[in-house]
Amino acid sequence: MTDLMVEIASLRKSYGANEVLKSVDLNVARGEVTCLIGPSGSGKSTLLRCINQLEKHDAGLLRVDGELIGYHLRNGKLYERSERELCDERAAIGMVFQRFNLFPHLTVLDNVTIGQVRVKGVGVPQAQAKARELLARVGLHAKESHYPSQLSGGQQQRVAIARALAMEPKLMLFDEPTSALDPELVGEVLDVMKDLARSGMTMVVVTHEMGFAREVADSVYFLDGGVIEESGDPREVLVRPASQRLQDFLSKVL
Amino acid sequence: MSEETTIAEPVIVPLRHPLRWVASGVVAVLFAMFVHTLFSKIPSGLTVCHRLHGHRVCGQELVWRFGWTEVFHYLLDPLVIQGVEMTLFVTVMAMVIGFVLGLIIAIMRMSSNRLLSSIAWLYTWFFRGTPVYVQLLFWFNIAILYQSFSLGIPFSHAFTMATISSNAIFTVLRAAIIAFGLNEAAYFAEIARGGLLSVDEGQLEAAKAIGMSRLQSLRFIIVPQAMRVIIPPSGNEVISMLKTTSIAVAIGLPELLYQTENIAARTYQIVPMLIVASLWYLAVTTVLSIGQFYVERHFAKGALRTVPPTPVQRLRADLAGSFIGRRGSGR
Repeated sequence: MTDLMVEIASLRKSYGANEVLKSVDLNVARGEVTCLIGPSGSGKSTLLRCINQLEKHDAGLLRVDGELIGYHLRNGKLYERSERELCDERAAIGMVFQRFNLFPHLTVLDNVTIGQVRVKGVGVPQAQAKARELLARVGLHAKESHYPSQLSGGQQQRVAIARALAMEPKLMLFDEPTSALDPELVGEVLDVMKDLARSGMTMVVVTHEMGFAREVADSVYFLDGGVIEESGDPREVLVRPASQRLQDFLSKVL
Repeated sequence: MSEETTIAEPVIVPLRHPLRWVASGVVAVLFAMFVHTLFSKIPSGLTVCHRLHGHRVCGQELVWRFGWTEVFHYLLDPLVIQGVEMTLFVTVMAMVIGFVLGLIIAIMRMSSNRLLSSIAWLYTWFFRGTPVYVQLLFWFNIAILYQSFSLGIPFSHAFTMATISSNAIFTVLRAAIIAFGLNEAAYFAEIARGGLLSVDEGQLEAAKAIGMSRLQSLRFIIVPQAMRVIIPPSGNEVISMLKTTSIAVAIGLPELLYQTENIAARTYQIVPMLIVASLWYLAVTTVLSIGQFYVERHFAKGALRTVPPTPVQRLRADLAGSFIGRRGSGR
């Protein structure tokens, strides 16, 4: 076991002729929070989605907790993993989406139990107990019998975080978790994420919240045009950006 | 003091709709005329005599224009009931085949494998592109094309494990069920595909992200949400199928219309027997429509903030409202 939770080396991804990720290297240490920032179309969401194989990368090596993701390496060749293996890999990596993607036909409680019951084979009473514990943790224990459409955006995103945590992931991915929220609801989601970071969860967060990055992140990566332009300690990189591109980007978002 | 301040609260005078009243009157009169003909009597052409206070009185015999006496005589005839049972059986079997096969074809059609999606497209093209009546006759006459079916090695007669003659497989009943079922699958495939496409792509991603397989995502996440879109047109299909089964008269399937036609041929009660058949079709359709309401209500959970009330609930609410005396206040 290494102390690295995510190791990415020379990762490439193209959609047809459009190369979205051009040889990306990135490491995330166990228990650390890493923020990916950059303009839209820079490839940061694609990079995040490669980590749990919602997008399949074309070249390069991607490891989570020492395990190669998406492929087997044998005799110098990469063999695509089966659907079954991909499911097992994904179950151990939590993901929170920009548009929440809660299951609208299920109650809040069922949203948080369905993965435990159907994927991990946990018994319903046990799964519900865990779900209630997690809903209490994100401050929504009173909403368990509501449907997602009856909740505010901030509440839905907190349920989505509880749904991901219910699978007991070793790594949490956040894809612009506050971008679809009304400004006054951003704080409640960030508070849950800060709490999660303090508890020692390894997190990779695509975000435009520079305040969150500065306050919580252990490292920050700035992507532009499919390459990592700059990376390092956020208190360093965000305060005294070295590259012109990051300076331009920060002047626009801050 | 100005005039406005002296009037406490101006009275609202509703807008009148005189043309609407005229139109309502015309429609009401026409409808009353139609209902009157439904329950009017006409001379049967026979003269009947009876005794009244010791005198013999003769006159034209009057009968219901629509033959209600005969209608109610045959409505619960054992043969008619058998016909209803047969119609329901064929409808249910054909719809089961249609739903299962249709869902498979819809999923094939959306597959990224070109061969699978092409075959699915071809299936829909053929079965939707030819009349179901023609297909019914094809299945009934299939023995002309294939005398028998054998289990063995494809493209070879060297080795066969079992052989069965076509006539043994394709009885009238099975030919009808297969013809209607395969035809329905083509239509239902498109309905199911529309339903699956209506579910947001993020749902599949979220299901994958918690480790669900493709099959699990479909079963627990995608299909339950697609049902909301699938059910209304499927209700149409079931009702349409119920009535389409009547064309199996052509191959001699003893369903509802076959039985009523037979009785009509025997008794010359042509119109009353058509009314018997229509009343049964209407009755079953009504039951199916009520069923559809409740199924739709079940799958509306989560999609609507409040599920629409059942007619019983609505009635209860109306009654409760009128007792409290607040009726109409919230509307």
